[in-house]
Amino acid sequence: MSGPVYNFAYLNEQTKRMIRRAILKAVAIPGYQVPFAAREMPMPLGWGTGGVQVTAACLTQDDILKVIDQGADDTTNAVSIRKFFVKTAGIATTDVTDDATIIQTRHRIPETPLNENQILVYQVPIPEPLRFLEPRETETRKMHALEEYGVMHVKLYEDIARFGEIATAYDYPALVNDRYVFDPSPIPKFDNPKLNNSAALQLFGAGREKRIYAIPPHTKVKSLDFEDFPFSLPKWDKPCAICGSQTSYLDEIVMDDQGGRMFVCSDTDHCRKTQALK
Amino acid sequence: MNSLLSVSNIAKNYGDRVGCHATSFDLWPGEVMAIVGESGSGKTTLLKCISGQMEASSGTLGYTKRDGSIVVLQELSEAERRFLMRTDWGFVHQDARDGLRMGVSAGANLGERLMALGGRHYGRIRSSAEDWLQRVEISTDRIDDSPWSYSGGMRQRLQIARNLVTAPRIIFMDEPTGGLDVSVQARLLDLMRGLVRNLGLAAVIVTHDLAVARLLSTRMMVMQGGNVVETGLTDQILEDPQAPYTQLLVSSILLV
Repeated sequence: MSGPVYNFAYLNEQTKRMIRRAILKAVAIPGYQVPFAAREMPMPLGWGTGGVQVTAACLTQDDILKVIDQGADDTTNAVSIRKFFVKTAGIATTDVTDDATIIQTRHRIPETPLNENQILVYQVPIPEPLRFLEPRETETRKMHALEEYGVMHVKLYEDIARFGEIATAYDYPALVNDRYVFDPSPIPKFDNPKLNNSAALQLFGAGREKRIYAIPPHTKVKSLDFEDFPFSLPKWDKPCAICGSQTSYLDEIVMDDQGGRMFVCSDTDHCRKTQALK
Repeated sequence: MNSLLSVSNIAKNYGDRVGCHATSFDLWPGEVMAIVGESGSGKTTLLKCISGQMEASSGTLGYTKRDGSIVVLQELSEAERRFLMRTDWGFVHQDARDGLRMGVSAGANLGERLMALGGRHYGRIRSSAEDWLQRVEISTDRIDDSPWSYSGGMRQRLQIARNLVTAPRIIFMDEPTGGLDVSVQARLLDLMRGLVRNLGLAAVIVTHDLAVARLLSTRMMVMQGGNVVETGLTDQILEDPQAPYTQLLVSSILLV
């Protein structure tokens, strides 16, 4: 029995054109959330339907795809999305950041610096940074239009008042190109500096919320902060237990029920590469 | 000298019904004006129209900016109008929950306007918040508490302080003492009178309580059925009411 025949990368050509138009607009206005007619995808909302649609619209026959979830290539979400594109587009995939032309990511930016020939696609759950402070969509749009971003600092103020520091550790709001405050999807704030002046094109797709936004290559992205509480990066006491890297983002892994802990690189490709160098 | 706010022929219709008929008056710098009347008389409608909370059906609002230039509010862009409302104007709601951001601490509420104007120094924002808490007689160790943990009177004082941090020139108040018990009302009125006098604020206060009007305001406007039936100095109107409705209103005050 032969399986179903899919159009290249699952979506039909008209849909891909519609998404590409949204992407072009998003690139033209860095950080602006462009509405688009998100399709239903053969996976649940919250599993990266927005990112998958953006990736599908960008894919060509020659592309090499890498998919990561929390920095790892071998977690459920990453594996199923990679398989999805192998099946529907028949493209090549890789685990190696340097070899990939399109990287779809959930919650991390690869440690390896990206280049001009790469596209980084983010899966975004809630694209609106103002949402938790202002529930009305009409109002948040107006706030973006009029650059009324004071309320973002109210959130950071509240952090300092409660915890003595800006305790927001992921989804850390940033200002794109000195104009739009945007939500960098739930990446750790450790990755925020990598958003700035990145050589690769960064695309953000939110399937449920039907929004696409983008950061074109070499665009200024500044994380919000206070003068007396500047943006700071998290630090770890120990290096990665596997590769010894002192510069990468570490995940805490519970080893046993005796309180044993291990800290290892969240980016598996980076960890492998560092081990190979040793 | 120009009037601070010049209201000319502001009217509001809700479909076929009339909220308030064409009304004109001038508000001068430092002046406190009370709008009194029974409920349903159109006083809140009028207040919302002149404070930019609601669009009037007809009429214009002139405002003299700090640099002396006069602008017509309806002709300003939305960005400019919202900026004015954040900086030069304040609005105190009857229910403090409408005017406060209940999800964040009192300090964040007080600092919000400063941050909206570009304040990016935590220490300075916080010390200004502490200063304002003191001025409205709230202990500074309550700065990190949620407004939910505040009593009704404290919330109302917090709301007033939150409006005053940017040193506005006009403050609009909709029944600021409504829903508070009498002793708290008296304290709040005392505080407001002090603030308004010391800061040289102009204020428009909507109230159905003639005692509030008498304590705070210099001038008074009496409304009934969407019409202004009498205007004049507060003392004059209360001592010698001319319109039949005003006479009824004044005579209905219970003397204890």
